[in-house]
Amino acid sequence: MSLGTHLPILAIAVPLLGAFALPIFAKVHKRLRDMWAAAVGAFTCAMVIALAVQVLSTGVVVYTLGATSPAQTVAPGGFPIRITLTVDGMSAFMGLISALVGLASLIYAFQFLKEDQGKPLAMTLFFLLWAGMLGMEYTGDMFNFFVFLEITSIAACALIGYRTWESRPAEAAFKTMALYTVGGLLVLLAVAILYGQYGALNIAYLSSKIGGSQLDKIALGLLLGGLLMKAGAVPAHMWAPDAYGEAPAQAAMVLVANTQASLYGLWRVLFTLFGGVLAAPAVGWLVVSLGTLTLLVAVLMAVLQRDLGRLIAYGAVSQIGYMLLGVGLVALASRPDFGLVAMQGGIFHMMNDAATVGLLMLAAGVVRRAAGTKDLTALGGLGHDLKWTGGFFFLGALALAGIPPFNGFASKLLIYESSFRLSPLLTAVAVLGSILLLAVFARAFQGVFLGPKMREAEPAPVGMLVAMGILAAVILAMGLAPGFFVEHLVTPAARALWEGRDLYLAAVLGG
Amino acid sequence: MIGNLPFVACMILIGLGLWTLLSRRNLIKLAIGITLIEKGVNLFLVTLGYVEQGVAPIYTYTQPGVTMVLPTPQALTLTSIVIGMATTALMLAFAVVIYRHRGTLDARKIRELKG
Repeated sequence: MSLGTHLPILAIAVPLLGAFALPIFAKVHKRLRDMWAAAVGAFTCAMVIALAVQVLSTGVVVYTLGATSPAQTVAPGGFPIRITLTVDGMSAFMGLISALVGLASLIYAFQFLKEDQGKPLAMTLFFLLWAGMLGMEYTGDMFNFFVFLEITSIAACALIGYRTWESRPAEAAFKTMALYTVGGLLVLLAVAILYGQYGALNIAYLSSKIGGSQLDKIALGLLLGGLLMKAGAVPAHMWAPDAYGEAPAQAAMVLVANTQASLYGLWRVLFTLFGGVLAAPAVGWLVVSLGTLTLLVAVLMAVLQRDLGRLIAYGAVSQIGYMLLGVGLVALASRPDFGLVAMQGGIFHMMNDAATVGLLMLAAGVVRRAAGTKDLTALGGLGHDLKWTGGFFFLGALALAGIPPFNGFASKLLIYESSFRLSPLLTAVAVLGSILLLAVFARAFQGVFLGPKMREAEPAPVGMLVAMGILAAVILAMGLAPGFFVEHLVTPAARALWEGRDLYLAAVLGG
Repeated sequence: MIGNLPFVACMILIGLGLWTLLSRRNLIKLAIGITLIEKGVNLFLVTLGYVEQGVAPIYTYTQPGVTMVLPTPQALTLTSIVIGMATTALMLAFAVVIYRHRGTLDARKIRELKG
């Protein structure tokens, strides 16, 4: 037995164990707790990276739980009865996003969270959320997907609302919890409908059986609705600004990665589960129009915001719109020639968004810590004391608005190019969204960091700067060498959805 | 038609839950609405696994040749009930916190966060 064959399950089990053991270690000593958290975080990241290398070099990795050998996916009789973890290029790519965001969030949390304000609790919930996200991304079983979805829902809402000494977090958490739970139940209902028809829960097996009956269409609609609710697309976006605005900064960025895990679930449903029967352009049009609407509404709402946290939150929601637009273009028609470019754009944008929005949220956390408020009308002149943070915020703002040479430009260009082939109007809306975002964030930067010095601000500790530095380095690397990332990470992920369904099915069902 | 009656009942339960969510403003009642949807889905799962004249799927106590109901949906339902308990407990906990701070459970009056 070597470690290499058990990577998929270890990447989920280690943070899960880390979460539940952490409060025990915290009781013993603070240092022990911190060392445990660092060890679990480092080990998880190492395994996610190793798994990605394995997937990109050898193809789809399948791991069967409870079998005598992990490769024994199908029980005698040609029927998968066990839970499988199926990691293809797309799953591995999403795992890398989660690992990056999780690592930055963990490093930031060490110095951002205060000892007397539930630090062990927040770290426990973070590991739980991390394990849930990785589980959603690696699982090859619909019911298992629902379970991990609910794990992320519960951990995420607890993270939003654990600061019970304030009234606003609980309000945001209640709202978020209601929407997450309804979304999760829609997914469960769809899973039940699929199980009732085909008697299986395995994604690959279901995909090979789904024939496009009326009940299948209902299930697809329920899955779309539930996952879009959790991803925070318009018209179910109202939880997102509350949650991102009220959650502590290190948690808010993981929430963004969590919405992307839901989007991953959506892609998996559209292109793998229903990949064989999805010919109706209606679904594509739905996703594209929701995407366009999301980015437009969110950007316009961002213009109105007076709270830095909510402003960034609407920026984050608008980016979900770009991803839906990019990948939705592919579902629009069967294999359009611009499809692969659109998909690359949408998927590349997921990673860019995780890094960029994460950086902005961490910078906003430093601002709140230094000035005690996130109200834009009360902030000003913080750039004198928070030089690095100001720089990072500026970088993040430019990248979010898609200004060359940053990463947001690289992925948005792919989306513009491909949407232009369909309708120049879509491109115009997308470009307009970017321009408005630039205006919004330029105003926010100017209002928060520039101007005369108004108060003494406590500079950010080194750990928090390191966390932001990691994200900034990723943004710069992806912006300066987008070709490298597109070729080695994004294209395998896009191809896994675009034409990898047969490989995915063959890897699980054999032959 | 009569065989579909349990499914219809589940859908009515889910519908009632959705209607509660949309029409009520008390936070506790919203939690009840979500619980109703959840119970409807759980019932749906159990109903799916029912086999006409089936007995509980425990091998030790049954005579050979007896039909059993499907065990998988029951396992799924058990998992779903546990998850549902966790979400309901968390929602009610948030309702308690909100009540302590604001002195009300009326969702219309708790509007610190908007726009």
